[in-house]
Amino acid sequence: MQFGGVVAVDNLSLEVNENEIVSLIGPNGAGKTTAFNVITGVYAPTNGAVYFKDKMIVCNYPKGPMKKIYAGQNYGKYTTTVKKTPDQITKLNVARTFQNIRLFKDLTAFENVLIAKHMRSKANWLSATLCLNYKEEQKMQKEALELLDILGLMDVKDEIASSLPYGQQRHLEIARALATEPELLLLDEPAAGMNPQETQELTEFIHDIRSKFNLTIFVIEHHMDLVMEISDRIYVLDFGKLIASGVPEEIQNNQQVIEAYLGVPDDDEE
Amino acid sequence: MKTSKKVIYSLILAVITLAFLFFLESNKAKYGMAYTVLTKGIILAVVAVSMNLVTGFTGLFSLGQAGFMAIGAYVTAIFLIPMNSIEEVYYMSGVSPSILALKSWLETTPSWFQAMLPYIALIAGGLVAALFAALIGIPVLRLKSDYLAIATLGFSEIIRAIISSPQMDTITNGSYGLKKIQGFSSLIQVFLIAAVCIAFMILLIRSTYGRAFKAIREDEIAAEAMGINLFKHKSMSFIIGSFFAAVSGGMLAMFMRSIDAKTFTVSLTYDILLIVVIGGIGSVTGSILSSILVTVCKEWWLRFFDNPLYIGNFQVPLFRTGFRMVIFSVVLLLVVLFYQRGLMGRNEFSWDRLAKSINKLRSKSSSKGGSKIA
Repeated sequence: MQFGGVVAVDNLSLEVNENEIVSLIGPNGAGKTTAFNVITGVYAPTNGAVYFKDKMIVCNYPKGPMKKIYAGQNYGKYTTTVKKTPDQITKLNVARTFQNIRLFKDLTAFENVLIAKHMRSKANWLSATLCLNYKEEQKMQKEALELLDILGLMDVKDEIASSLPYGQQRHLEIARALATEPELLLLDEPAAGMNPQETQELTEFIHDIRSKFNLTIFVIEHHMDLVMEISDRIYVLDFGKLIASGVPEEIQNNQQVIEAYLGVPDDDEE
Repeated sequence: MKTSKKVIYSLILAVITLAFLFFLESNKAKYGMAYTVLTKGIILAVVAVSMNLVTGFTGLFSLGQAGFMAIGAYVTAIFLIPMNSIEEVYYMSGVSPSILALKSWLETTPSWFQAMLPYIALIAGGLVAALFAALIGIPVLRLKSDYLAIATLGFSEIIRAIISSPQMDTITNGSYGLKKIQGFSSLIQVFLIAAVCIAFMILLIRSTYGRAFKAIREDEIAAEAMGINLFKHKSMSFIIGSFFAAVSGGMLAMFMRSIDAKTFTVSLTYDILLIVVIGGIGSVTGSILSSILVTVCKEWWLRFFDNPLYIGNFQVPLFRTGFRMVIFSVVLLLVVLFYQRGLMGRNEFSWDRLAKSINKLRSKSSSKGGSKIA
């Protein structure tokens, strides 16, 4: 992924297997969220492809002026263009949350979850207006309530989303993502701004929803405690390049990763 | 409050409203002013709610209402000018053959169709406007906030310019406008048409699509990530909003009996915007309430300030034609100062809310020991 002359993510190749929890870590500005945005269709990659369940869902190659300034190494590797908007990707059962919480602030927790159910509704606007989809509507509301119940948000269902405590807003955002019936859940820094206790709770929560909803989870995170505890595998990104990958123990002892996070010794002496 | 109680209250309110309308209808001559002003208020309520659907619920700041109303008004008018006076209306430039063909085809339709003609005319006007909305929506809805407002404003002016252009003389009668349009049979008819339109929009807002609209208003990026197709839902809201704006335009044509392009200038859009803002962006009942209030204030209650006022032999200064609008502006300023989010904010009228505020007033007055309310 390249923005003008800046190569944000370079030659990153990663895979997430079914029912796994995989983390992507790296210092600020390493390109983690950019990678996420490529997967969810917010950006089209400059040169690259995304496969989901062995089906190509996103693919692009340098075109127009990008042909000249393309700075990657995979020129000519991809030759087709597959473009999907974020809503189409979500329909393929890939759901995401955001780094800075993006709830529907002025709506209630219940409405937030219910809106995510809209995508699977089959009624057209006329029958929905004339209440002909009565049964479907009932089903949507029931499922939304069940979801809130499972995630322990039942007692705040009529609260306005922006008035909830921070931790619950995070939970609600995950609940909303789950309402789109995902198989792959992408969490963008779910523990950002949380205190150690909340982070601990979140660790259990993520394990919990994986088993309950049979999910594959891909996480971007900074909290090393959380990452080391939940991940089956970890990828480390620095300046847009993959510098390490493997199980948590390997990463913990990887010299390159330690340098990327703590700075190269030479820098410290200055 | 119990649901059964609420239903009873609502029924009582509906009966009172209808009784009031019947009363006005039968005493038309005596209460001419109230009759006219109320009719106009009800008509503006339809377009105000439609604008609220687009602006308040979907978050699309569109200023094209006047243009869509013009389309609706002209289509409705062409349907509803009686066959025998059509030559008379188009006396300057002659009638376009296509209109004549349409009119003579309408003459051959069965009588039940003729009886339904006003409704069919309104729906036809709405459909034409919806078609235009769909077409201009394709480029325009990719724009955001103020840019969208300017683009739709431009569209509305283009429509007006086309309508009054000499090339359209045989269809729109250019700057002479259309006259002798068949009017409403009664105030009840106006009320019922408006009620059906508004009820439809309320149901839409409360459906799953309405929730999707609200999601777009709250956060486009999150809405898209939740699988809501932005363009589809935005254009849906825009098209439906335009449909009802056009129906309201058609009703305005039936109410005024004669229309010309000057009726549908930008200032009409601003009037509607004013109603929506005063009522509360995102509140249907607010829009209805404020369209009646604003119209009544502007056209009737403040008339008092337009006439010279004498106290004894002393003529109070400032009381002359036009002073009404000054007072009106001051009232608006006060309303905006004290109700920053409009009279209703984003809330809807409900019996629970009313009961709560009455209780509050009561407890306030009793704590003061006064008997102001009781």
